[in-house]
Order: sequence, then structure tokens, then C-alpha cells
Amino acid sequence: MDASQAQNRTYLGMPLARPRVAFFELSSCEGCQLQIVNNEANLLDFLSLVTVVNFREAMTEKSDAYDIAFVEGSVTRADEIERLAVIRKNAKVLVAFGSCACFGGVTQLKNRFKDPAWVKKQVYGDRSIQTNDTARPLEDFVSVDLRIYGCPVKKEEVEKIVTHVVLGRSIVQPKYPVCMECKENENTCLFDLGEPCLGPVTRGGCDSWCPNSRFGCWGCRGPAEDANVGQLQVIMKQYGFTEETLLDRLECFGGFAKDAEQLRTNMKLSPRRHEGTK
Amino acid sequence: MIFKVCEQEELRRLFDILAADNTVVGPVQTGLDRNGSALNAFKPVADYTNLNLGYTTTKLSAKSYFLPFRESLASFQIDGNDWQKTVDYHCDRPIVFFGLHACDINALNKLDKVLMGNTYPMPYYAAKRKNMFIIGIDCQPQPFCFCRSMGSDTVLHGFDLFITDIGNRYFIEIQSATAYNILARIKTRPPEEVDHLQYMAIAAHKNKQFTSRVDTTDLTKILDMEFQSPVWKQWGDKCLGCGTCANVCPTCYCYGVEETVDIGLRSAQKVKTLYSCNIVDFAEVAGGHNFRSERHTRLKYRYYHKHRGFVEAYEESLCVGCGRCGEACLAGITVPEVIASVRGEES
Repeated sequence: MDASQAQNRTYLGMPLARPRVAFFELSSCEGCQLQIVNNEANLLDFLSLVTVVNFREAMTEKSDAYDIAFVEGSVTRADEIERLAVIRKNAKVLVAFGSCACFGGVTQLKNRFKDPAWVKKQVYGDRSIQTNDTARPLEDFVSVDLRIYGCPVKKEEVEKIVTHVVLGRSIVQPKYPVCMECKENENTCLFDLGEPCLGPVTRGGCDSWCPNSRFGCWGCRGPAEDANVGQLQVIMKQYGFTEETLLDRLECFGGFAKDAEQLRTNMKLSPRRHEGTK
Repeated sequence: MIFKVCEQEELRRLFDILAADNTVVGPVQTGLDRNGSALNAFKPVADYTNLNLGYTTTKLSAKSYFLPFRESLASFQIDGNDWQKTVDYHCDRPIVFFGLHACDINALNKLDKVLMGNTYPMPYYAAKRKNMFIIGIDCQPQPFCFCRSMGSDTVLHGFDLFITDIGNRYFIEIQSATAYNILARIKTRPPEEVDHLQYMAIAAHKNKQFTSRVDTTDLTKILDMEFQSPVWKQWGDKCLGCGTCANVCPTCYCYGVEETVDIGLRSAQKVKTLYSCNIVDFAEVAGGHNFRSERHTRLKYRYYHKHRGFVEAYEESLCVGCGRCGEACLAGITVPEVIASVRGEES
């Protein structure tokens, strides 16, 4: 579809905006962006809906004139803070794209070590790498307009959200826990199978991706609204799982940072480092 | 009512006759839980030997076959300057249920009242319900079963055949002409006095096996009186708000409807999704106000719908006492314990 056709596109007789979108990555595996690229079945429809002007993983051209910025990854370096500030300035809408951008994601695991110098040494050896002591979510540095959760994001959900943005419809994300979709998929509860699972407290929308494969939830989408983490703690104990098992899962993606911190206090463990390099 | 008796092997022939032309859904053992107990589910079955007719219960009810968790109510396609609407009731063939317990058939009868008994029946449900052949089967009360308290341990209608194992033979109750005609194709005989005696002995024995019960005496009034009881808060503090109780329940029918536009902007869907009153936004309305933002108020309303509102409307409870919700609840919230606590009793 050429530009003029795109400009004239309508939906139910109403002219349709075709926003210019850009994809960026900070510290991440770029797996969330890959979810967009590898959805071949709907990729052309997606490209008709928006004008992609910046997408390092998929194209060579670059432009700073964009309406919506999808930013994947967490902030772990000084230069990323600067890049993020520029993106925020350019974009009308800034989307935290995936769990790293929303909560710090897997990269924030390093925050739980007491001695950042030791972590750096273990990971990078003697190489001179500039890296901050903590990995932080985007919202610690800039205002975020929209969050798309998941590690990785669920492409069907991204498509739905983008379609709603283009049509000017409100965006409604699931407030319920993973259990809703897990029951819909008629899975056997992982607790019945003797596996720990954060499904009862984690935000749904993933179509119970992991439990469908008999893999307990690790909470990548962060807490459901009104999540009863305290009760899950009681349940984990009743089912014979240690507090460490629960803590490992709560800490994995960063969405449950407050609950993990509370549990650390209860377990008399040293607290995580909070001081971000802002 | 017509009764027959058949040898055990004849049941296999009945299955083969039905399965030759129809989708047969029955209890199947799907695995073992962490304690080594059998896990059962209602699945399409092609081979009689895969049926587990002696099953205790299933984790999920058979609901997904007549009230799917997710069902498209209508789809819309843009066609040039015109558009088309397509409505499908998702029922292109009859379903044969081979081995539903009395509680689950009673659940269907209750759903019939809500979904088919009013001015505007729900066609998506009715299409499937009117296209069913149900063989009920007797069961053994489990520690969590309180169907007897809810009057759902036996079933009077809503099925075609009901079979009871009376030791190396089956006692058969025939409820429909279809069932009568199909039974003519297998070998049966009229019951004799010894079969009657055996049936009654088995029923009497079964009645003594119930260990779990709910006192429903004056329950609608007591629920009215105890609306502000502190026990609701105590149960609410335990509740995960995960919706599992409603999802495993054979009678929970509440739902939401979502309209979505496909990414190609050439089609749209109107999709119905079963929802749960324990979910945080169940009572959230336009403008953002949430009438039941607290967990305990949501849990309470689930009990008030089942045990008060429905009783006042239909003179029976919306709960059949299958005990699935309590078994599935990770927080261990069970109907007998909740009702007992509201009544101020030790459970």
C-alpha cells in the first residue's frame, strides 16, 4: 500500500489515522520485538495499520519523526538514560514494551546482589563495561503512557492493543490472574501436580502460556489487580514449597518487587539495592 | 417410568451403537495428581475401554460442552460497501454424554431454567441443550460431596437414561422415547423383584456414605440477617480472587461480552466469555466505579446468588453440592465451611 492510499484509508466510512511508530531496545534480549516480526500471518496487516519508521531489528531506515514509541528493555547504562529521554521527547505515546521495560524484567535480577562490583566481575570479567548498579524500569526515568506486559509480549495482545490505538478505542487489559485463562484451557492445576505456580496472583492475558505446557507461572506479567500474595505464601507453604522457591519466582521479573521485599524482610534476608542511578 | 436391566457387556454395545454416529463425551482418566489419585475429565471418547465409568468426580464440570468458556456470538465482515453478519450456535451435531452424575444433570436442569425458561432464551445454549443425549450414572459419595444437602443426589428429569451398577448388571431408568428405541438394539430384560431389592439396598447404602453436609434450613433468611457478618471478611482475606470456583462450577453462567476488530479491519467479532463474580472488575461499571472492589464483598455475592437470590427466584439453590469449587480452591474455601460459619456453627 503506498502512502497516499494509506492516508485515505477509512474504517466504516471514517478516516483512519495511520500512526508513525518506532521500536527501540534498551537492555534486553529483543525477544519482544521479535514477536512482532515473526508473526508472519498478520505482519502485512500490521504494517498497513501503522507506518514503521524505526525498527533496528527489521529495517535499515531510521527516522525520529514518530508518534508512538515502543521501548523494549530496562535501563542499565548511562547512555540508555539519555536515549530514553530523547525517545520520550520525540514520541507522543511511549509504550513500555514487555516486562523489562515495565518492571526491569530478568535484567533486574542483578539488583538482588549486595555487591554490584562482584556481579560485574562475575559477568564481564576484566572487560571495561559501563553498567549501572541496578537495572530499572522505564518509569523510573520517564513517564510511560502504556504498558504491554509479558516475557515475551503476547503478539495477539499487541495486535489487539495497536488496533485499538488506531481505532481510538479504549485499551482494556486483563485485571484477573492467570488462573482464569488456565481454567479456560482446561489445564490441571499445577499445584495438583505438585508444581509451584504464581498463576493465582499474576496478571492474565498470556493465555496461560506456561501452565499450558505444565510449567508453573513465574509471574512475568506482574501482579494481577488485587492480587492476594499473602495467601499464596500460605498456600505455597501448605503444598510443601520453601520460601526461597516463592522468593525466586517473585523476584524473577521485577513485577512483584514490593512483595519480594516484604518476603525478604520476613525471611531476615538482606534487602535488595534500591538506589537506581537516575 | 420404565425400568430395564442389562448385563455389563451390553453397555459396551450401547456405547458402540451411539459412538458409531455421534460424538460421545464421557469421563476419562487423564493422569494422576501429586498424591497418586486419579484425575478425570469429560473428553470425547471413541473407545469404550477409555471410559472411566467408576470415576469419583472431574476437576472441571462438563460445562464447556454447552456453555463454552469463550464463544463467538456473531462475526461481521466488510464486503465492498456492504457488510455481512454471521451467527453460529456452534452446534452442528448432537452430543452424547455417557456417564454424568446426578449433580451434573441437576446442574443442567438449573441452567435450563435461567437460560431457556425466560422470555428470551439463549439460543447458543438451547441449540446445544436440545441436541443432547444424556446417560446418567450412579456414583459413590466423596468426602467433599454435599449434593444430598442440596437435593441433587438424585435426578428426576433432564436425561435420557440413568444407569446404576447393581453388581455384575446395570439397572436402567428410561426417561425418553429416544432412549427406549436405542435400548431396543441391545439385550435387556424387565427387572425382577431381586433387582428392585438390590437397587434399594445400594441406594440405602449410598445414603449412609455422605460425610459432608450443608444445613439449608432457613438459609435465605439467615443470609439476609448475616449480610454484615464478620465471617465474610475472614473468607475474603483468604480468597485469591482468581475465579477458579466459578470456572469449575457446573452452574456458574455469568459472562462478559467483548467486541473486537480484527487487525486487517475487514472483520469484527462479538465474543462471549464466561466470567467470575470473584474477579476484581466484575462489578466495575462505565465511568470506573466498582461496586465490589473488596474481595470479601465479591465472595459474598457469589454465595448470595447461589444460596439466596436464586432460591427466592426459583425455589431451589443454584448449587448442586458437587464440591468442585472447594476442591479446586487453593485457599481451601468450601461451601459447607462458609455456610456453617455464617450460621455461627463450628464446621
